Amino acid sequence: MMSIKNYVNNLSDEDLKRIYKKMLMIRKCEEHLGEATKNGAFPGAVHLYIGQEAIAVPLCDQLNDSDWISSTHRGHGHFIAKGGDVKKMMAEIYGKSTGICGGKGGSMHVADFKKGIIGANGVVAGGMGLAVGAALASKMDGNGAVSIIFFGDGAANQGVLMEAMNICSLWNLPMIFMCENNQYSEFTHTSEVTSGKIIDRAEPFGIPKYEVDGNNAVDVWQAAYQAVQRGRNDEGPSFIEAHTYRQRGHVEFEYTFLSRTYRDQNEVELWKTNEKDPILRLESYFIEHNKYSGDDIEKIQKEVQDEVDDAVKFAIESPEPDISSAMVHMIER
Amino acid sequence: MAQLTYREAVAAGIAQEMERDETVAFIGEDVARAGGVFKATVGLFDKFGPKRVIDTPISEQAILGAAMGAAMTGMRPIAEIMFSDFLAVCWDFVANEMSKSRYMSDGQLKCPLVVRTGNGGGSRFGAQHSQSIENWAMAIPGIKVVAPSTPADVKGLLAASIRDEDPVIFFEHKSLYAIKGEVPEGEHVDTLGTAKVVRPGKDATIVALALMVPRAIQAADKLMTDHGIDVEVVDIRTLVPLDMKTISSSVAKTGRLFTVEENPRLCGWGAEIVSIVVDELFWDLDGPAVRITTPHIPLPAADNLEDITIPSVDRIYSKILDVLR
Ligand SMILES: Cc1ncc(C[n+]2csc(CCOP(=O)(O)OP(=O)(O)O)c2C)c(N)n1
Ligand SMILES: [Mg+2]
Repeated sequence: MMSIKNYVNNLSDEDLKRIYKKMLMIRKCEEHLGEATKNGAFPGAVHLYIGQEAIAVPLCDQLNDSDWISSTHRGHGHFIAKGGDVKKMMAEIYGKSTGICGGKGGSMHVADFKKGIIGANGVVAGGMGLAVGAALASKMDGNGAVSIIFFGDGAANQGVLMEAMNICSLWNLPMIFMCENNQYSEFTHTSEVTSGKIIDRAEPFGIPKYEVDGNNAVDVWQAAYQAVQRGRNDEGPSFIEAHTYRQRGHVEFEYTFLSRTYRDQNEVELWKTNEKDPILRLESYFIEHNKYSGDDIEKIQKEVQDEVDDAVKFAIESPEPDISSAMVHMIER
Repeated sequence: MAQLTYREAVAAGIAQEMERDETVAFIGEDVARAGGVFKATVGLFDKFGPKRVIDTPISEQAILGAAMGAAMTGMRPIAEIMFSDFLAVCWDFVANEMSKSRYMSDGQLKCPLVVRTGNGGGSRFGAQHSQSIENWAMAIPGIKVVAPSTPADVKGLLAASIRDEDPVIFFEHKSLYAIKGEVPEGEHVDTLGTAKVVRPGKDATIVALALMVPRAIQAADKLMTDHGIDVEVVDIRTLVPLDMKTISSSVAKTGRLFTVEENPRLCGWGAEIVSIVVDELFWDLDGPAVRITTPHIPLPAADNLEDITIPSVDRIYSKILDVLR
């Protein structure tokens, strides 16, 4: 394991605390969703981000509302990291009128345009082209904004990745390819469906690449820093591959979709330990280096939990969408 | 007769054909070791091994391209596109390649290939995982379009699709995978291009497809119980080729036509059927031909919104009652 302290030089304790808190916010929201879905509290299925929080948060921590992110089916974490409204996200997942998309989008389509979140996406790699467009628009505008595509190891096998890398390199676009390699696409290990190393795919296009431990918030922050600066300074695209692990199922209740196990429970447990889990790692660092005490951490945890509870309450108490809204925002024939 | 679920009938149909014809192979995402995300292909990998039952990367264009290339050169591949919505990602192979190769080559090439896909709504999966796109497929000359509503039809029509010399898009309805039904024992092969009267009646005809078939039957039963209205339900089963004979003789008998469609309204398959009926059977009609469809919108995710958009038993019942009164 890469020790966090080797890196902390240009990150203050306050920065780290803020990042930690955001990561915790994602974790607690997702833990709630994982529990609530068991009782059918909301429509549809959810793909949880638990275990991957140290990727979205340290990257998005360096972004402004004018920067764009384009996300995936596993998009709640990206949404929260980029500053999306947690209450409205929760209400959206609960299918309520107060949801960020009025209940019409659902878990796989949370979007908050004002925050630069052009949307989660139900189509694997579907968001990639859109992020290229956002990068192109920023470049034309000359506003120094950057565009991020979050995508999985599985999505790296869609042809559009090649098209996107080529265009971004050719046109020198302020784009960050953020590949979250959690080792699985659904129920298949990456090694069974992927040749070579994903990060090497950036090479022939002349795109600088950064391979990081995606469960180390500081490691990710450092790589993201390089990539964001490159974008802001009109130096073109960057490619980050962050190695991580999805602690939950591909989708909650995945065993209703599956006829057999596809990964070893010991493997899953390993990634939940103090050495591997991105949140526990930060907590250990805080305590080992006397940054914060166990009590401080508990206090933060409680603050975050209260905020999540509020969001859940808001979602539960909000009304269903009005039936007439089904026909709104559609071209009339 | 054996009791099988709709999903088990998929695996049974594929297994039957793989056993008799070694050129049949099956590829798709998570279809082999995992047995498919809808558990529709469980057991095939164990039975036929990794050479014939193949997990692919998430690369829909390569999946359909490879299936088509193999079909042109002597295999009979089955390719799975997990959700029919994702056919849009590789639609080039449907619209420009597999549908045209036999015609453009003046019959030199053939493309005996089946694309299986999970179609339809009802699961709150939102606008990109719930569409009914059978009408997109129907709009392209050169492909056959199949959408069964019962386990027996799944097995029989899937076998027929695999044996067919043309590309077939085989739409399995996601909300039907769990239903059970009788499936004939032993080899079972049905005939493409044949509709079925699944509930005889004399007062009106409902033409329905896939998930809309059981809903139409329920609505018809209720109309009989509540009002003594005797509705005939025709399960189209295959949109291309279209069995107008069965539809026409039903409409000629009842004088009334209703289509019940899950696809969005504009250019839904019902529009085609209504236009044929108006053209060929106008003088047999005793009233307007009426389409009951999903509105022309993407499917919303919230429970109450999805429920009001896809035709329900209640909506079919009240619409028919309104029109016939
Ligand atoms: C075009 C397309 N093909 C297939 C799917 C079904 N699907 C949803 S998520 C997924 C796996 C994605 O794997 P990865 O990109 O590694 O993301 P992860 O789920 O691991 O976060 C698949 C195959 C889809 N949504 N879109
Ligand atoms: Mg993955």
